[in-house]
Amino acid sequence: MSDKIAVQVDDLTVAYNYKPVLWDIDLEIPEGVLMAIVGPNGAGKSTLIKSILGILKPIAGSVSIYGKSYDKQRSLVAYVPQKGSVDWDFPTTALDVVMMGTYGSLGWIKRPRQKQKKAALEALEKVGMLPFKNRQISQLSGGQQQRIFLARALVQDASIYFMDEPFQGVDATTEIAIINILKELRKAGKTVIVVHHDLQTVPEYFDWVTFLNVKKIATGPVKDIFNDDNLTKTYGINYKVSIQE
Amino acid sequence: MDIQEYFSLVFSDYTLRTITLGTAILGAVTGMLGSFAVLRKQSLLGDAISHAALPGIAISFLITGAKDSNTLLLGALVSGLIGTFWIRGIITKTHLKSDTALGLILSLFFGFGMLLLTFIQKQPNANQAGLDKYLFGQAATLVESDVWMMAIVTGICLFVLLLFWKEFKILLFDKDYAKTLGFNTKTIDILITSFIVLAIVLGLQTVGVVLMSAMLLAPAAAARQWTNSLATMVFLAALFGAFSGVFGTAISASQNNLSTGPVIVLVAAVFVFISFIFSPSRGLLFKQIRFIKNRRDLQLHKTLAFMYNIAETHDDISHPHEIKILNNFQGFTKGTLKKLVEKNYVTLQGSTWSLTNEGFKSASNLYNQLTKNDE
Ligand SMILES: Nc1ncnc2c1ncn2[C@@H]1O[C@H](COP(=O)(O)OP(=O)(O)OP(=O)(O)O)[C@@H](O)[C@H]1O
Ligand SMILES: [Mg+2]
Repeated sequence: MSDKIAVQVDDLTVAYNYKPVLWDIDLEIPEGVLMAIVGPNGAGKSTLIKSILGILKPIAGSVSIYGKSYDKQRSLVAYVPQKGSVDWDFPTTALDVVMMGTYGSLGWIKRPRQKQKKAALEALEKVGMLPFKNRQISQLSGGQQQRIFLARALVQDASIYFMDEPFQGVDATTEIAIINILKELRKAGKTVIVVHHDLQTVPEYFDWVTFLNVKKIATGPVKDIFNDDNLTKTYGINYKVSIQE
Repeated sequence: MDIQEYFSLVFSDYTLRTITLGTAILGAVTGMLGSFAVLRKQSLLGDAISHAALPGIAISFLITGAKDSNTLLLGALVSGLIGTFWIRGIITKTHLKSDTALGLILSLFFGFGMLLLTFIQKQPNANQAGLDKYLFGQAATLVESDVWMMAIVTGICLFVLLLFWKEFKILLFDKDYAKTLGFNTKTIDILITSFIVLAIVLGLQTVGVVLMSAMLLAPAAAARQWTNSLATMVFLAALFGAFSGVFGTAISASQNNLSTGPVIVLVAAVFVFISFIFSPSRGLLFKQIRFIKNRRDLQLHKTLAFMYNIAETHDDISHPHEIKILNNFQGFTKGTLKKLVEKNYVTLQGSTWSLTNEGFKSASNLYNQLTKNDE
């Protein structure tokens, strides 16, 4: 972790309809952290990521990536969407999906070539999915699909990674494999931001955490702020009991 | 004229050639673009667009008094586009579901179009206009310039498709992700939709407002069954569409001039039917066959594994067993044992069955095999 701020969010307010889903969020994410975003279903975690990445237009507030707007810095950012956001029956192969990670650097019209294919194969190898490269994506298990999405982000070779529930529906082995990749990214100086639901593993996996429930409850180092007080404030019930059970 | 006669005439007879070429090109371009509509789960969109085009035809006639198809179709294009962008607007601005928006525009525009048509019918020189042919289409009215028009649009469409292939693909699969990569998804979206509108408008004269959406959906739905590659799917959809056009025209020409549009749509429906049943990977038939075969294999494996487990407790692997002992699960053991005999894994002596060396080996490999089969 360095003193640089990788992602800065100021006064961000987002609404789909009338009711705001995110309210006046201020957030500074230092470079080089492996950060969890935690909060109950519907807390606005996905919405926060989508707003930072310019998928959604906020009602108010601003976002900057290393001090500049997202539009100028998009090559520094990679994204792993929530798995359920796409139709896995789409007629394409695992390799093809991973190749999409190279489309951003290619820009309009230009086709992926050997270089891009090589990068995609390397990413598949990294997530242990090389043997499945020619599989139709609907014939992959949920955990394998998740790894394909991870590989697609890895291929982007970014500085900041946003991942929306990369551990959703994966078994213990895959979870360890994925977290090891994330830790490797951090070691390489990258900033990794992960929406995470399993509170038990937060201290073990992450060094930074943001509590979110429409408003930002707290953000900072796990060892300082990952406590019952913040959990209770975020989830609205007394977490002391449930987490120690 | 019978079908054979048709195919011998199609190259020499000007009218037949024009109609056949026209319906083939139309089928190809709608099939191609229909793939995108199907994959975006916008099946109703085509229906809404084609119905939305009707008032444009009527208004175009009222304003210009023209009867030539190009002028009328230009009107159709304009009102089709207006309908489409209203649908988009309704979906993004209000929070109505997209099928509600589609249904709303469809009925609103179609109702208005019908109103105008009845109004035109009451005008003195109305029947000459023959506007009602746009309801169910009339392929016989196709002339060479119409076919040229279709060919040019198809050419442009193909060119754009190849040029922006990568962009189309990523938009179809994961729009949000495409956005984060810096692609202007709205532009790509508008491009695809505009081409769909264009293709539909081109087909109105041949197939008509009411059945046009089937031309968009049927070839694409059929093509999806046969492949897991987007490129192949688009290609097959174009092929199925073109064939539907040719066969449909052939059948209608050879059967006392049955109305061409509906016949083309029926042929396309036959493609869909065949594809849904016979496609090797997704078809109902092979799914069922695979299901039965898997069950049978599993039964064989279970029996073999069971005998293997007993054999392991004996010194002699070919120790014979009464069927009573083996028959500890359901009643299908005897049939399965007979199959195992055929495979030479088991031998039958009198009323007892025993594992062969080969069967023993194969059984011990079973677990490895079962796990390896996965890839
Ligand atoms: N497209 C949408 N239109 C309208 N409301 C939406 C939309 N997407 C999300 N919402 C609402 O916004 C709120 C926040 O949603 P969001 O998906 O950001 O939650 P989340 O924290 O990611 O939840 P989860 O843990 O279930 O993924 C929810 O109340 C949800 O109902
Ligand atoms: Mg979410």
